[in-house]
Amino acid sequence: MYTVIVEDIVKYYKKYSNKHKFLTLKSAIVNRSLFSDLKSSEIFEALRGISFKVKDGETLSIIGENGSGKSTLLRILAGISQPSSGNILTKGRISALIELGAGFHPEISGRENIFINGIILGLTKKKIQEKYNDIVNFAELEEFISNPVKTYSSGMYMRLGFSIAINVNPDILLIDEVLSVGDASFVPKCIDKINEFKRKGKTIIFVSHDLATVERISDRVIWLKNGKIEMQGYPKRVTDAYLEYIGKKDEKKATKQHETEKMEAEKNREKRWGTKEIEISKVKMIDKNGNEKYIFEQNEPFTIEFDVNSKSEEKDFVFGIGIFNTEGTQCYGSNTFIENFKPQSIKGTGKIRINISNINLVNGTYFLDLAVHKRDGYPFDYHHFQYTFKITSIYRDIGIARIFHEWEFSNNIKIHKKSLVK
Amino acid sequence: MILKLKDLFKYRQLIFTLISRELKARYRGTVFGFLWSLINPLLLLAVYSIVFGIILPGSSGRIENKDITGINYSIFLFTGLLPWIWFNSSILESSNVLFIHGNLIKKIKFPIEVLPVMTVLTNMIHFIFGIPILVLFIVFFGKGVAITPWVLFFPVAVFVQFVFTMGLSFLVSALTVHFRDLKDILANFLTLWFFGTPIIYAFMTPAIQNHKAMVLALSLNPMTHIIEAYHYTFFFGSLPHWKKLPVTLVVGLIFFYIGYLIFDKLRDTFVEEV
Repeated sequence: MYTVIVEDIVKYYKKYSNKHKFLTLKSAIVNRSLFSDLKSSEIFEALRGISFKVKDGETLSIIGENGSGKSTLLRILAGISQPSSGNILTKGRISALIELGAGFHPEISGRENIFINGIILGLTKKKIQEKYNDIVNFAELEEFISNPVKTYSSGMYMRLGFSIAINVNPDILLIDEVLSVGDASFVPKCIDKINEFKRKGKTIIFVSHDLATVERISDRVIWLKNGKIEMQGYPKRVTDAYLEYIGKKDEKKATKQHETEKMEAEKNREKRWGTKEIEISKVKMIDKNGNEKYIFEQNEPFTIEFDVNSKSEEKDFVFGIGIFNTEGTQCYGSNTFIENFKPQSIKGTGKIRINISNINLVNGTYFLDLAVHKRDGYPFDYHHFQYTFKITSIYRDIGIARIFHEWEFSNNIKIHKKSLVK
Repeated sequence: MILKLKDLFKYRQLIFTLISRELKARYRGTVFGFLWSLINPLLLLAVYSIVFGIILPGSSGRIENKDITGINYSIFLFTGLLPWIWFNSSILESSNVLFIHGNLIKKIKFPIEVLPVMTVLTNMIHFIFGIPILVLFIVFFGKGVAITPWVLFFPVAVFVQFVFTMGLSFLVSALTVHFRDLKDILANFLTLWFFGTPIIYAFMTPAIQNHKAMVLALSLNPMTHIIEAYHYTFFFGSLPHWKKLPVTLVVGLIFFYIGYLIFDKLRDTFVEEV
């Protein structure tokens, strides 16, 4: 019924220090635990009570940020490291694709390495002999198999490692991010092989940051956060919740970044120049509900707001705005003069809002320029590249702006639109 | 313990594969290739023969009715040097073997105890390959020294040395993971140990036998009796000491037991510390 049962797994790591070396070695030998003599401030909990079950033939994906405990969990499942407490039950042969080609010896040939690696992974010589051609063909290394593996490219190395590990014919396959190094033609081949495993009713546990692949291949997803299961269940539901969380976190970061940018702006005179007879300050971006925010959806309305302060009365002034992408290309620029406003007078502090109903830029990070100057260009206050904001979009289109368009197909072209992934 | 040793037997194919990999890889790309495992001890023999046979001739003279001067001294030296090289390289390499194969320990479910076993056995094979040279030396150059039936005791000496070396190897490989200083200490300690073992001199040399303290110190060294066993089987051509060798075996087994026990206790910590 269940291939993998994990019960209340806890894993501690010792924070690195030399102070307790002797104490811990003693405790390691006497109590078989590295931690019994350590204070709680000296240990780090990588996993804090993880329990789950995996059914026969199920494909389970584990997602989470860096450092959330995914790899630690996978290594414990593979039997490489031991949990500090808790139980694991697994049924059948496990093959772990944690690091491909981990046992390769660089000086000897690919052929010899296949045999050695196969035996390290638990195959017999006879079994490897049987599988040898499959392994070489799958890795596409027929011509190079007699060369020492130190001459292989990292792609060839990875292909050979993957090919051996997959041909061990495991009942449980553990995969950790390894596909991220393959080239465009090999990765689909690996995914095909993984799907073949699925069809054969083998159990797969998959750790990845590639949410599209996760949604495509898994039956269930577990989201790990700080060593605990934050959520588990139907793939789409979990990945959506995860994405939303990441988005919010990014937003907080962006707001914080804006704060530091504001402080830097004060210091950084090179990015700001002008005579300061009229001064720009308190630049912020707000959404339609009035909340300060620096990440917007492509078609979300928002407002740029800033204060201007003129010490004495000025009669000639122009307000300008510029938007640049990270490559430094100006995406848009305009000012009140171009747009036919005629200045009359300014004195004291005033507030200016630029309401953008639909910015329509492609997703990415942008810089905002703000300026106030005379009509002949005499600068009062110029803020160049001082503020950043992000545009997110459901599409990964490229260029600068999203040009409105529609696709139309004649009836003999069968094509349909997928439901949108947020 | 016995159960776990059975496991080790289960991994024999893995051990053999790893040894053949080590042997293949070690001299790949060198001009002399596998001959190096013969050239190395011969070069060392040349150095010691010149220093202790010609420049500083020993005080040995005749022992057990055999002349230990000139070419005979070289043969005597070689008899003890070969097994010492096996012991010395095994221990030195053990202090590093877990680090070198850290990838296997960290990335694959791997029976770690295989690594020290592999180290000791690989060096044993180099040692065994040196034996025919020793025999040729005795046959062609020996003056009053010949191969006798006592040579059949050779495997016994090898077995005792294997057990003792293996125990020390487990201990050293496990402890260096936690105390890296051990590596540097070991190299110096082994040099001291080399001179504290009757290799460049004979245990029965009067200069030693006249000092009670020195005899006692040497007798407490298990390697003394192991090297002595080789001296008797090959050089003196008589029965190895029938009491000392079994006692050494018992000491070796105790070392093996303690070494393996500590290795096993620390096993789970290797993944994090290597």
